[in-house]
Amino acid sequence: MFFNELKKLEKNFIKIKKELKESRYITENSETDVLKFLFMDISSQALEKLSFKARRITDYFFGRTILLYTPLYISDYCRNGCLYCGFSALNKIKRKKLSYREIEKEMSEIRNKGFNTILILTGEDRYHSSFEYILNTIKIARKYFSEILTEVYPLNEDEYRKLVENGLTGVTLYQETYDKNLYKKVHLFGPKKDFRWRLDAIERALKSKVKEINIGPLLGLNKNWQFDVYMTLMHARYIEKNYPDVEISISYPRIQRSFSKTKVYPVSDKDFVKTIILTRIFLPRVQINISTREPSYIRDNLIGLGVTKMSAESKTVVGGHYITSNKEKQFEINDNRTLEEIMSVIRTKNYRPEFNNWIKV
Amino acid sequence: MEKYFEIAGKKLKSRLFIGTGKLSSYKLIPEIIKKTGVEVLTVAVRRIDPDTREENILNYIPKNVTVMVNTSGSRNAKEAIKIAEIGSEIIETDWIKIEIEVDYRYLLPDNEETVKATKYLSKKGYKVFPYITPDLVTARKLVDAGACAVMPLGSFIGTNRGITAKSLIEPIIKEINIPVIIDAGIGRPSHAAEAMEMGADAILVNTAVAIAKDPVKMSIALSEAVKAGRMAYEMGILKEKEYADPSSPVSDFLKKI
Repeated sequence: MFFNELKKLEKNFIKIKKELKESRYITENSETDVLKFLFMDISSQALEKLSFKARRITDYFFGRTILLYTPLYISDYCRNGCLYCGFSALNKIKRKKLSYREIEKEMSEIRNKGFNTILILTGEDRYHSSFEYILNTIKIARKYFSEILTEVYPLNEDEYRKLVENGLTGVTLYQETYDKNLYKKVHLFGPKKDFRWRLDAIERALKSKVKEINIGPLLGLNKNWQFDVYMTLMHARYIEKNYPDVEISISYPRIQRSFSKTKVYPVSDKDFVKTIILTRIFLPRVQINISTREPSYIRDNLIGLGVTKMSAESKTVVGGHYITSNKEKQFEINDNRTLEEIMSVIRTKNYRPEFNNWIKV
Repeated sequence: MEKYFEIAGKKLKSRLFIGTGKLSSYKLIPEIIKKTGVEVLTVAVRRIDPDTREENILNYIPKNVTVMVNTSGSRNAKEAIKIAEIGSEIIETDWIKIEIEVDYRYLLPDNEETVKATKYLSKKGYKVFPYITPDLVTARKLVDAGACAVMPLGSFIGTNRGITAKSLIEPIIKEINIPVIIDAGIGRPSHAAEAMEMGADAILVNTAVAIAKDPVKMSIALSEAVKAGRMAYEMGILKEKEYADPSSPVSDFLKKI
């Protein structure tokens, strides 16, 4: 279990950080290199040099393609008190849950736009968004999409297995932070408070034979952001070693001040780009996913530097593609361009927008 | 040079096969074919969506080209078989490249499952081209399983490192009686020529073409290198020697003693 590794890594992190401070000689191995790089104040010129390397690796392993997908929020009912989220139970908002008919309409609309990959999201509420509800949504999604991903609450192994049998290809689950104390502080109440249950969910999904896993920290939550990036990379490396037949994706969503009730420690654009480049070099075959949380100029400039997957035409309200009555957002979209516009940017950069990652079998 | 060579009952001129997955635009395909005479393309079934509104690869493949569909994304024989059957139906081809990847960091195939899938699909009448980590023992099993050729990797996919697995591929070329197509790792014309000089029957290239500044020019360069390498192989390549060998001996001393 990665939880046990985490303990060792925490010690290692502190040790290496101390060594760095004392600027003593550090033995060269890739893990310490990662940390050194994270704490180093790198010049723009040096970063540019590394960006060439990142570009070369990305091109070699992923070719000149960018995979496009879109999210669909099916319900914003949530029992968790998370201090950074628009859907938190702390917020008195009008909640909405899509009916199966509405889900079908949304999905057919999304498919008509050209997408073949869908990310299905819900809040954590086993009453309003029961397992059955998620399962039935996946059954509907199977009619339209070849790649079906969920970003829902942690499930048990049997539940994951059932979803996989019914067409689920991948699980997205962000740990938000790997710092157990901070985790406790920002999750006031609700089932999400259980750090271990969430962390282990990734492995429950892996044991249920999902094809892909998407992990990531919520950058801006932890003042010590290097800790969360380091743990995310080690988590991915752990999955690579123990579940080699799984496609891993990493995302680095950056927290938005307007939705946060807890102090935000913004990660600068430079540190963000540095993180993406580092991820590509340390984990050459891992997909790097960038969402519409990021503004277009960041997204466009990261094409080829490591990013391989992008969302487009995202709506962070329930429904949103067809049913547009709802107003409550989980977070703000910073790239509101149409799919056509995003595709045209990808093409201008001499990459090909790719819609198909799996085949329905 | 021999005009044709035969693979899976088909007479082909070009020993260069090209993969399509990493191309920046499928519009490059007809141009590559026109300039190089390439006759075999591989297409990943997972990348085909017959209903797509976007650039559909199927519209860019000339009729006279043979398409080999690959089962990339499959993790075992069962999945590979399903993907192969779907792909063969959509593309209307019976050429199947079995690609069962079970290691994402190195993109290594599962030789054991590959043998299983080959056996099943060959029996069903498909022309099966298994992609393997070079291993003579597996190659022999694949011959028995009915494979039309074997496709050992030259290096890890996408690395452009050349034929780093040379010493493991050579015995396959020497010992088995079906064609050997070196797949993966070929990044330069010199690698392509090397593959031919080794006696490989064909090569499959994707990354080197797809990410070149000018994919069409790179495919021409590779195609020429393949021809050069093959020509030399057929002629018989002189062995490399450890010492210099003067054409006129310096003394008759050794003869006299």
